Amino acid sequence: MAITLTENAAKRVHAFLAKRAAVGLRLAVKTSGCSGMAYALEFADAAANDDLHFESHGVTVLIDPKSLPYLDGTELDFVREGLNEGFKFNNPNVKNQCGCGESFTV
Amino acid sequence: MALLQISEPGVSAAPHQHRLAVGIDLGTTNSLVASVLSGDTKVLRDEAGQALLPSVVRYLGPETGGGSVATTAIVGHEAKSAQSDDPHNTLSSIKRLMGRNRADVVDISDMPYAFMHHDGIVQIDTAAGMKTPIDVSADILRTLRVRAEAALGGELAGAVITVPAYFDDAQRQATKDAARLAGLNVLRLLNEPTAAAIAYGLDNASEGIFAIFDLGGGTFDISILKLSRGVFEVLATNGDAALGGDDFDQCIYAWIVSTAGLTGAALTAQDKRKLLTAARNAKEALSDTAAIPIAANLSDERALCLTLTRDTFTELTVGLVARTLRPTRKALRDAGLSVDDIQGVVLVGGSTRMPQVRATVAEFFKQQPLTDLDPDQVVALGAAMQANVLAGNRKSGDWLLLDVCPLSLGLETIGGLVEKIIPRNSTIPTARAQDFTTFKDGQTVMSLHVLQGERELVSDCRSLARFELRGIPSMVAGAARIRVTFQIDADGLLSVTAREQSTGVETAVTVKPSYGLEDSQISRMLADAYGRAEADMKIRMLREAQVAARQVIDATEAALAADGDALLAPPERLLIATHLYLLADIIETGTEANDENIAALKRAGDALNDATQEFAARRMNAGIRQALSGKSLDALTEQLEF
Repeated sequence: MAITLTENAAKRVHAFLAKRAAVGLRLAVKTSGCSGMAYALEFADAAANDDLHFESHGVTVLIDPKSLPYLDGTELDFVREGLNEGFKFNNPNVKNQCGCGESFTV
Repeated sequence: MALLQISEPGVSAAPHQHRLAVGIDLGTTNSLVASVLSGDTKVLRDEAGQALLPSVVRYLGPETGGGSVATTAIVGHEAKSAQSDDPHNTLSSIKRLMGRNRADVVDISDMPYAFMHHDGIVQIDTAAGMKTPIDVSADILRTLRVRAEAALGGELAGAVITVPAYFDDAQRQATKDAARLAGLNVLRLLNEPTAAAIAYGLDNASEGIFAIFDLGGGTFDISILKLSRGVFEVLATNGDAALGGDDFDQCIYAWIVSTAGLTGAALTAQDKRKLLTAARNAKEALSDTAAIPIAANLSDERALCLTLTRDTFTELTVGLVARTLRPTRKALRDAGLSVDDIQGVVLVGGSTRMPQVRATVAEFFKQQPLTDLDPDQVVALGAAMQANVLAGNRKSGDWLLLDVCPLSLGLETIGGLVEKIIPRNSTIPTARAQDFTTFKDGQTVMSLHVLQGERELVSDCRSLARFELRGIPSMVAGAARIRVTFQIDADGLLSVTAREQSTGVETAVTVKPSYGLEDSQISRMLADAYGRAEADMKIRMLREAQVAARQVIDATEAALAADGDALLAPPERLLIATHLYLLADIIETGTEANDENIAALKRAGDALNDATQEFAARRMNAGIRQALSGKSLDALTEQLEF
């Protein structure tokens, strides 16, 4: 069971976290979108009791237990595609995703 | 897959609902676009990594378009560098023409374009056909929109576009129209100083009063903002539309010419441009170093080599820097504040990088100004934060931004005078009402003429709309009560309602400002209003005296018609008529507003009053006799006791 960040992603997250009093980064899945599930990526200002904690390159990642099965083994990357830059989930559990890639099924 | 951004806790956007919103600083010289990504506000850069987009558009005709019939617009750096080769088709500083008609634009002579005016709208004849300032601005906005959509990876839900706080309704509407043409949904227009304050997070402070000092390429603006419980209010604005970084360049240019013993008139256009560029580079370098060598090779093989020190530069420009302080003092006075009331000063505009400007600001306000953010970007960053809130990406920050109406709004009254209903610098949204009445007996129609401006006379203000209130019940002059309500919504658009109080008849007009299609013009702005305040006051006094005199004449004529035959002997009547004509004559001839004419009107009015005193007394007596006749003493006593 593990969630990891690439070095690039960690650097970005550090830069963002430095600007606010967040304890870490929260990853989750939500049932929405056109293909079943969607990722949520948020600043975590406080940890909930059930949260699972992961450390990767000095970043604390919080995940609620219900989301973990969908995200286990995920590597979070930060990439630049042309002018666009942002975070990308490399999730081995994904079987299918919608055309735009914002939602997925396992 | 799509790339994600980190969201605020609890507000992760659902797929396909992530609303992309940008803030756009549509400037006179440069424009920028910014957006909030992962809680971090950033200026969006183009492929070459440039943040600033020069607000310059070059139009290419079909023949230069490489065989294709479609015309092309080139926006930005490429257009700017073609400016000297193709001056007629390369349009810059177009913001100065937004929402203006030909008559409004006084400083047009230094723009090398082929101006046409059709229906009062300024148009420029280019290789790609006729272009209005709105078309040109739309091309700039479209370029920024394309840049933003490429950077954010999706269609924009909306944009916040900044405008100077002093922009009038027509200029704001023109900006909105340009955005619509560019395919942008305008979430709202935001005043530039307010955007700068947001960028500095001044809204996080509990309260305070801040000054926004904006010295750009060609204009200077000062705004006083008040923040209380997270609400921004623009207390006052002022500025100088012809003061900016370009003037500092000119200063250095003049210094180079005189120090090198050149004559400005003898230089070729190419040399002038070269020296101006050298001047600008020197100016920028002097913000970081104490002295800079200026070297240039002129076209006649002469080589220049001078050294400009920061001290010399400061000395040269001391007058320019001082010119920023007069509008600043005025704005403070308008806001009813002193320097000690200002908690913070924000610097905006590239020209505020100059150390002497910073020093002057610090000295004037007795504190160090805020300079952490790039002064070129600060307005766009603030607009982006506001856009992010308005697009619904952030729940908590429910800013309510109060803006200010830049020029007074009022109504025309008898005598060609303007009665101000909403004074300048009132915060908007706002609503104000005032009661008016009829001028003539039996008047059933009232014509309302809505005006914008600071001057006393209708002809000196800008006409926004005319409409009529009909169906006023017939009454004697001054008996009807007509309530006129002025209302300005959050976007600065005005609606005016007139309602007759006894019958409830009502008409209304929403001012969708036409681009100067009305007969009048904004020919004079605020500075002018101050400069002519005294002359305006005299004119007002004269017009008011004239209106009062006409009222006396009307009343006298009505009385003569009713009771003149019964109560006056012919010589008495002649005396009154003589004074009547004398007064009417003075109204007609004494049209120049000076003390003499005002006094003459007053004398003639008094003389007519004296002449009619006996007549008025007889009318009173006759009226009382009529009321008393045929009534018993008891009935009268009863009436008196009652």
